[in-house]
Amino acid sequence: MAILNVQNVTKTYDSGFQALKGVSLDIEEGEILALLGPNGAGKTTLISTICGITSMSDGAITVGGHDIQSDYRAARSLIGLVPQEISLEPFETVENTVRFSRGLFGKSPNPELIDQILDQLSLLDKKKSRIMTLSGGMKRRVLIAKALSHEPRVLFLDEPTAGVDVELRKDMWETVAQLKADGVTIILTTHYIEEAEAIADRIGVINQGQILLVEDKDKLMQRLGEKQLIVELAEPAAVIPPALKKYNLSLNDAGTQLTYSYDTKGERTGITTLLNDLQAAGLSMSDLNTQQSSLEDIFVGMVKETV
Amino acid sequence: MNLQAVKAIYIYEMSRFFRTLMQSFISPVISTSLYFVVFGTAIASRIQEVEGVSYGAFIVPGLIMLSVMTQATSNASFGIYFPKFIGTIYELLSAPISFFEVVLGYVGAAATKAFIIGAIILATAFLFVDLEIQYPLAMLAFLVMTCLSFSLLGFIIGIWAQNFEQLQLIPLIVITPLVFLGGSFYSVSMLPPIWQTITLFNPVVYLISGFRWSFFGHADVSLGMSLGAIGVFTLACMGIIWWIFKTGYRIRQ
Repeated sequence: MAILNVQNVTKTYDSGFQALKGVSLDIEEGEILALLGPNGAGKTTLISTICGITSMSDGAITVGGHDIQSDYRAARSLIGLVPQEISLEPFETVENTVRFSRGLFGKSPNPELIDQILDQLSLLDKKKSRIMTLSGGMKRRVLIAKALSHEPRVLFLDEPTAGVDVELRKDMWETVAQLKADGVTIILTTHYIEEAEAIADRIGVINQGQILLVEDKDKLMQRLGEKQLIVELAEPAAVIPPALKKYNLSLNDAGTQLTYSYDTKGERTGITTLLNDLQAAGLSMSDLNTQQSSLEDIFVGMVKETV
Repeated sequence: MNLQAVKAIYIYEMSRFFRTLMQSFISPVISTSLYFVVFGTAIASRIQEVEGVSYGAFIVPGLIMLSVMTQATSNASFGIYFPKFIGTIYELLSAPISFFEVVLGYVGAAATKAFIIGAIILATAFLFVDLEIQYPLAMLAFLVMTCLSFSLLGFIIGIWAQNFEQLQLIPLIVITPLVFLGGSFYSVSMLPPIWQTITLFNPVVYLISGFRWSFFGHADVSLGMSLGAIGVFTLACMGIIWWIFKTGYRIRQ
C-alpha cells in the first residue's frame, strides 16, 4: 500500500491562477521520489498542499492511510518538511529550535535523540550556537534536523541543495541515502537533474500544474533514452553522401565524425543497415561509440513538449 | 489535545521574554516611575484625593492596566507576526495541532508576560505610595482576564498585520487613546455629564473600573457591567480568531 496517495488534486489560488490541475500520485514506503520541474511548475504548491500549508481546491490526499483533512493530526505526524526557504528564528539556539519542532508534533522531549540527529547532520558541536552565527549550509541542515526531530516516516525536501556548494550537496545526498536506509520515504524537488539521477528511485516530472510522468529512474532512462552512435571516419568527408540522407546524420565541421541518433525503445535501431550503407557509400570507419542522452535532455524535451 | 505542542509554543515564547529580561523589566519600571513622578507628584499637588483615595494611589490600577493592555497586545501580536515575517509559520501550519492549541500557546505566553509586567508595576507602585488592596483575589482575577483578553486581541492584530507599521498601528491609534480616555488617571465622575455618557462607550472604562474596585472598593460602573464587558470582549476576540483559523485568513492560502 502506498504511504502517500494523492488523488486528482487541484489548487486554484484566489488570484485565479491554477497551480495544480488534477494531480495524482502514489508514493511507496521507503522510496525516494524526485520531482523535477521548472520554476512555477507546481512543485512547492503540491508539497505545501500535502503538508497542510496550502489548502487544496479539490481532490483527496492520504498519508499512511489517514486523510490530511479529516484526520490531519495522524496524517501530519507522519510528515517532516524541509522548506525551500531558510526559515529559522535567528536569535534562537540550534538545540532549542529543534526541540521546539519535536514538541510541536506532540512528542515528549528526547535530548538523546536530538543529539543523535544533530550528530548525524554534523551539527552537534553547534547545538548551543545561535542560528544567526551559522553558515548557509549549516542552516539548511538545521532545517533537516527540525524536520527529523519528530521521527517522520515521510520526508519532503523542497529543493534541499539550492544554492549549496558541490561538496555540501554531496554531503546532503549521503544524508538522504542514510535516511532511506533508516526506512524514511523521501520526496524531493529539485532543479538539478544530476541530483535526481544520483539519488532517486523514481522520477516525476511536473509542469504547469500537471504530472507529466512518474517512472522508475532506470526504466525512464531506458524508455525515453535517445542514444547517439558516433562514427569516426578514417578519411574526412566533405559532405554526407545522398544515399545516407534517410538516416538524418550530422557531420562535424572537420568532416571526421558522423552522428546518428536512434531510439533505444524502437524495434529496430537501424544501426546494422547504416553500417552497411556507410560501407557501400565508400566511407571507412576508424572507431565507433555510443552515448546515452542524459536525464536533462529527456526533461528539457518533455517540458518543451508541454509548452 | 496536543499538550506537548502547547507547552512547546509556550516555552519557546517565554524563552524570548527571558532572553531580553533586562529590557522586559527595566522598561515598565522606568515608565511607571515616570508616570508616578509626573502624575502622582505634579498633579497630586493639585488633586489631593479622588473618591477618598490619595491621587497617587488612585492612579495605580490605571497605570497597571495601561501597561498590561499594551504589553499583552504587543507581545501577542509580535509573537504570531514574527513567524509570519520570517517564514517559520510553515511549521505551525504543517504540525498536527489545532487552532485552539496554537492560540493557547501564544496567547498563554503573551498573557503570562503581561501578568509578570503588571506584577512588577504593582511592586514598583508600593515604593511610591501607600497602597492597600481590598479584594486581592478579585484584583488577580481582573488582571488575569485583562491579560488574556488583550492577548487575544494582540493575536488577531498579529495575524492581520502585513508589515511592522500595521503591527504598531492598532495599539497606537486605538488602544492607547482608549486607555488614556478610559479613566486611567481620573474618575469618570470628574467629567462633565456629556463626557461621562460618551466615556461609557469606551470598553476600557469597564475594565479599569472593575480593577480599581478590587483595590479601593469603589467603581465608576457596576461590577457586573465590568465583568460583562470583559466577557463580551473576550468572546468577540475568540470568535474572530475562530473565523481566522476556519478561513485561513492571511495565514493559509
